[in-house]
Amino acid sequence: MSISRDDVLHVARLARLTVSDQEVDRMSEQLSTILGHVEALSKLELAEVPPTAHALSIENVVRADTARPSWPRDEVLSEAPAPQDGGFRVPPTGGAVE
Amino acid sequence: MIETLGLTAERCIELLDAGEISCRELMAAYLERIEREDGDLHAFLRTRGERALAEAERFDSEGRSGLQGVPIALKDILCTRGEETTAGSRILEGHLPLYDAGVVTRLRAAGLVPLGKTNMDEFAMGSSTENSGFGPTHNPWDRERVPGGSSGGSAAAVAAGFAPLSLGTDTGGSIRQPAALCGVVGMKPTYGAVSRHGLIAFASSLDQVGPFALTVRDCALALAAIAGHDRCDSTSVPLPDPIAVPDREDLSGVTIGVPESLLAQGVEPGVRESFDQAMRLAEGLGASVHEVELPHAPYALPAYYLIAPAEASANLARFDGVRYGLRLEEAGDSIIEMYGRTRARGFGDEVKRRIMLGTYALSSGYYDAYYGSAQRVRTLIRRDFDSAFAGCDVIASPTSPTVAFRIGERADDPWAMYASDVLTVPVNLAGLPGISIPSGLAEGLPVGFQLVGPAFAENRILQVAHALEGAIAFDPTPPGMREAAR
Repeated sequence: MSISRDDVLHVARLARLTVSDQEVDRMSEQLSTILGHVEALSKLELAEVPPTAHALSIENVVRADTARPSWPRDEVLSEAPAPQDGGFRVPPTGGAVE
Repeated sequence: MIETLGLTAERCIELLDAGEISCRELMAAYLERIEREDGDLHAFLRTRGERALAEAERFDSEGRSGLQGVPIALKDILCTRGEETTAGSRILEGHLPLYDAGVVTRLRAAGLVPLGKTNMDEFAMGSSTENSGFGPTHNPWDRERVPGGSSGGSAAAVAAGFAPLSLGTDTGGSIRQPAALCGVVGMKPTYGAVSRHGLIAFASSLDQVGPFALTVRDCALALAAIAGHDRCDSTSVPLPDPIAVPDREDLSGVTIGVPESLLAQGVEPGVRESFDQAMRLAEGLGASVHEVELPHAPYALPAYYLIAPAEASANLARFDGVRYGLRLEEAGDSIIEMYGRTRARGFGDEVKRRIMLGTYALSSGYYDAYYGSAQRVRTLIRRDFDSAFAGCDVIASPTSPTVAFRIGERADDPWAMYASDVLTVPVNLAGLPGISIPSGLAEGLPVGFQLVGPAFAENRILQVAHALEGAIAFDPTPPGMREAAR
């Protein structure tokens, strides 16, 4: 399995990672190697095998919907790198989004 | 001042109970040793100094019992309220969590006193602690070698006499493999036995918190303090039986299975020899040993390196420069540009590689071929263990196929690094408990011996490990440190 430069750039956009030209080359090579090893799985006949998402069989957990005190706003915002007017400021979300 | 090298938690408790030492003196002895020796090792990212001393002193003035006043080191992936927690990443440098992790609340309730936070591979992604954003940890047995990872700081801290106990996390071997490489005991509990609340998530269906110690009995003491249901982690469950401190001396009636076909691949001769010796000791203690088949175990490594990165790529989406951590923003940036810039600067190479791999494995057109297949293989591995445990009580193997490797040796070859986990990842995929104890030395370096049991068979594993530990009689003191301590 070979991962092209275009594949790397596409996945980096999905992952919200800015990558340098040098990184694109290195990732294309390393991801191709790793996926080459992972190809071993294709030797197995898996059509009839159900998937496992969680190792132990657990049931859904429910609890009473009771109100509890939440975190004070100023405490939560104290860790934010760019708080503004009692909220988290983010850059413009409109415009060209791929 | 008391010598902390080789000092067990049980011995600390004896000394405290007998009034031969105060909690403050004990804490001061550990802090002093860290101050003196950790410059070369870098097991700790930071210690709590005066805070730890003050907390210890409170037990002196108010009276104490049990584990109260015993120091413990915490992997820096466990949130501590108001105290810096970075998960070994520059993206969280200076981060002060709002709450304590579930295990921190529990160990504090038991009276254990946190000494400080230990170094680790960034976001627990690695097998050598070389991927820390703050520089590598060195192995106390040989400064040129890695301590293993990702919980390398916690393993090295116990081996070097910096803490009698420590906590790590294990997603694919990150407690057991560094325990093996540093010559200490490390245990990964059954998935769900210990709360993951406040553990900065790597791969949520695999992550578990567990202890490091010098002895199996100490390991049980620490596990008993942290195990149990937490309402803040809905995947945690109450244990069927409380964790008991093991006292068994023989192994009569115990059947140990050995997955020979798995061991045929890539286990170094010295490691194999140490393993075989330990198995002969087990037989001498009365255990019966026979071969078991885990036919799909060789597929665990490729399945793991799809499932874990896929879960990581989703979990690490939260590091986006909005609510906490690093933010890099230039005038006119869109939110997407700010995200990309922040994450490119804040994450190291291995974390980026895993995010990319996981995003690729989950992306449109590849999901079934990669992530879907890996989840089906996970079912096959669970079934293999179920069948194997129908015929044995525990399964034994070496923990790591090699002894500690040299710093830098595998840095440029991700798959060679991943192969360190070949004997530990099947256990995580199946959610089972596993322990690593030292079985001896090869090339002068510690070899780890792994015991795996069925889900929630922690007490069984601890009993077998304790009996075997007595027969092996390993000296966990790194030779260089013994001389320095004289």
